Amino acid sequence: MAPVEVIGEVTGESAGRPADPAALRRALRRSERRRQLWAFGLTLPLLGFLVAVFVVPIAGMLKLSVANSELATAMPAATEALRAWDGTGDDGGVPPEAVVAAFATDLEKARAARALAPVAQRLNNAFAGDRTLLQGTARNLPEAPDGSWTATLEALDPAWGEPRIWQSLKRAAAPWTDLYLLQALDLQRDATDAIAPVSADRAIYRNVLLRTFWISFLVTLFCFVIGYPLAYKLSTLPPRLANPLMILVLLPFWTSLLVRSAAWIVVLQREGPINESLLWLGVIAEPVQLVFNRAGVLIAMTHIMLPFMILPLVSVMRSIPKSHMQAAIGLGASPLEAFFKVFLPQTRPGIGAGCLLVFIISIGYYITPALIGGAADQMISYFVAFFTLETVNWGMAGALGSLLLVATLLLYLVYARLVGLDRLRLG
Amino acid sequence: MTIQMKTGLLASAAMGALVATAAPVAAETSLTVVSWGGAYTASQQRAYHEPYMEQNPDVTIINDDGSANALAGLRAQSQAGNVTWDLVDMLPSDAQLACEEGLILQIDHDEMLAAAPDGTPASEDFLPGSLGDCFIPQIVYSTVLTFNTEMFPEDQQPSSIADLFDVENYPGRRALQDRPGTNLEWALYADGVHPDEIYDVLRTPEGVDRAFAKLDTIKDHLVFWTEGSQAPQLLADKEVAFSTGYNGRMFNAAEVEGQPFQIIWDGQVVEWDGWVVPAGGNNVEAVMDYLYWATDSQRLADQAKYISYGPARASSGELVSTHADLGIDMNPHMPTHPDNYQTPIILDNEFWTDYGDELRERFASWMLN
Repeated sequence: MAPVEVIGEVTGESAGRPADPAALRRALRRSERRRQLWAFGLTLPLLGFLVAVFVVPIAGMLKLSVANSELATAMPAATEALRAWDGTGDDGGVPPEAVVAAFATDLEKARAARALAPVAQRLNNAFAGDRTLLQGTARNLPEAPDGSWTATLEALDPAWGEPRIWQSLKRAAAPWTDLYLLQALDLQRDATDAIAPVSADRAIYRNVLLRTFWISFLVTLFCFVIGYPLAYKLSTLPPRLANPLMILVLLPFWTSLLVRSAAWIVVLQREGPINESLLWLGVIAEPVQLVFNRAGVLIAMTHIMLPFMILPLVSVMRSIPKSHMQAAIGLGASPLEAFFKVFLPQTRPGIGAGCLLVFIISIGYYITPALIGGAADQMISYFVAFFTLETVNWGMAGALGSLLLVATLLLYLVYARLVGLDRLRLG
Repeated sequence: MTIQMKTGLLASAAMGALVATAAPVAAETSLTVVSWGGAYTASQQRAYHEPYMEQNPDVTIINDDGSANALAGLRAQSQAGNVTWDLVDMLPSDAQLACEEGLILQIDHDEMLAAAPDGTPASEDFLPGSLGDCFIPQIVYSTVLTFNTEMFPEDQQPSSIADLFDVENYPGRRALQDRPGTNLEWALYADGVHPDEIYDVLRTPEGVDRAFAKLDTIKDHLVFWTEGSQAPQLLADKEVAFSTGYNGRMFNAAEVEGQPFQIIWDGQVVEWDGWVVPAGGNNVEAVMDYLYWATDSQRLADQAKYISYGPARASSGELVSTHADLGIDMNPHMPTHPDNYQTPIILDNEFWTDYGDELRERFASWMLN
């Protein structure tokens, strides 16, 4: 009924007058807009889902990597005093008595309210040992100063007489911090607030990041070397044979990642089937170490990632008409030449998509290296888990996550530059 | 193809979700008890949980094997304002930190815990120094070095902590726990520091460097374990020749499962382990009722029927008898038996309370670099 009414309205308006084209246009535009809104409305659930499970958590993670609210929450007066302090003072860096007094008073209040733990943790994140310093001082703090608060604190622990802790506190009082992002790159701010490398025994993340990229690169390479011929075979077989084989490729997808990783431990261990068979065949005299080292990680991850390489490749290969190769051979190319000059270039979108998928999923891998790798094979996600599960240092976990996100985006851009996103075929 | 691929992705995502959320079945009261998993949780299940649930049919006890990261878990739940754990089994040094941070409830020992059968109040019946402001000990356990006897020739079996650091005479990979506790102590002990002086040395930066330098000498031969149950598994699979581990787990593997394991009691690191109650939980009253019952003298002695840990109450000592399934005398397997207690290192909880976090981070950096 509705459309008839609309028409009636329009004709009613123009009755007795020459037809008003502007009104007609308006009505048309209105109905067009309504249609567009309706179409947009249909995508709302998806948009809402994306925002809730993708945008919000990532924004939260990015925010955590620079958040600095611990001191401001637990010790508001001290925070204000520290923010107002210009960072200079007697002894070259200990703030004036008023700031120290505000800090000491707030310290006692926070201890009484049992709110000191996050502050102690925040300080300890920046400088190992400050948790003990803060908690110990708070425990022994007298109600009134013995002379000045500056002297009282220094009597409790000489560290309070040094500029370093006060610089740390001033940085902890700022609204945001670059502490975690710098630490994730093995950098820190030194006493003069300049960016400097951290000491050698704490510098690990660049190394781990490189290791993460190296392992992911090798896994991608192995997946390609194994996956390409397999995908070629799958794409040329008749469906009667190709479908069961495809199910074998997909089968691992239907088993929990945890189970697959644990199963590899059983297969690869010293007395596992691989070592036993090799020993029995006389290929080796001693069991080979295949698990809890790099070899195990590469074997298991390559197996787990293989479908991500094969699926886009098969899909692209199936779309290449057989006649191309036949034509090339018919025109005098050798089969090898035909393959490299005609077939291979046409599969480039599939190669790009497969490699990109495998590499990006690999750099975020956690459970497989954690189970099958040794200590020297852990990737960056190990530290994300370490900081969330063991030390509750959300800042570091967020910073490392952000680093991984940036690395992924950069990679994606490189790919877009080299191959072109419109040529990406995911299956 | 697209559909097949998406189905695959969805399937693996669904699997992940299933693994992650083994949801508790709703009952009238369900208590989430966090413990160490494996043989240890099994001993609690049989000595405490099952008899208690039989007497209180409206209570369901759900085990969560999260104790290895109990302190971090308590901190995270408290920060998120969503406390889902009702009772947590943890180490006294972590309990001390959690107590100071207000993450767990203070315990009035004589009010909340049962007296001994002869009427001795709880505060006097628990072994001296074991009760904390927020901590109720259950057991005395020790971390010991264990080896697989089949991995060494019969005339060349290791016998001391020093042998752990001697890769020439005792070749093979070694499994250590992936955290500093016990490992740093043993590094210094093997380096010639007397057990009584280990923590004095560790309190100095040079002492910590010395411990890490000693660990460096065997770093290429190391594998790391996280959960208590991994240690006997690694040894049984002959992935490693030596492993550190909790004496009860090693007892279970050797005696119950018949693995060729030999415990080295030299330098055993002795410690308490016990319960804490998270603040802000939903079932505090039910938990307190459970705790009163589960920490009485008979219950603590019962646990020793299933695993070789010493009960933390004096009055439980004489109630310790034989293993529930094997019928063997449990006393020679206890860490506190005189034959085993020759050169113990008593874990210094105050030290780990103060230095735990920074040493954990340093150890992780060392381990992964």
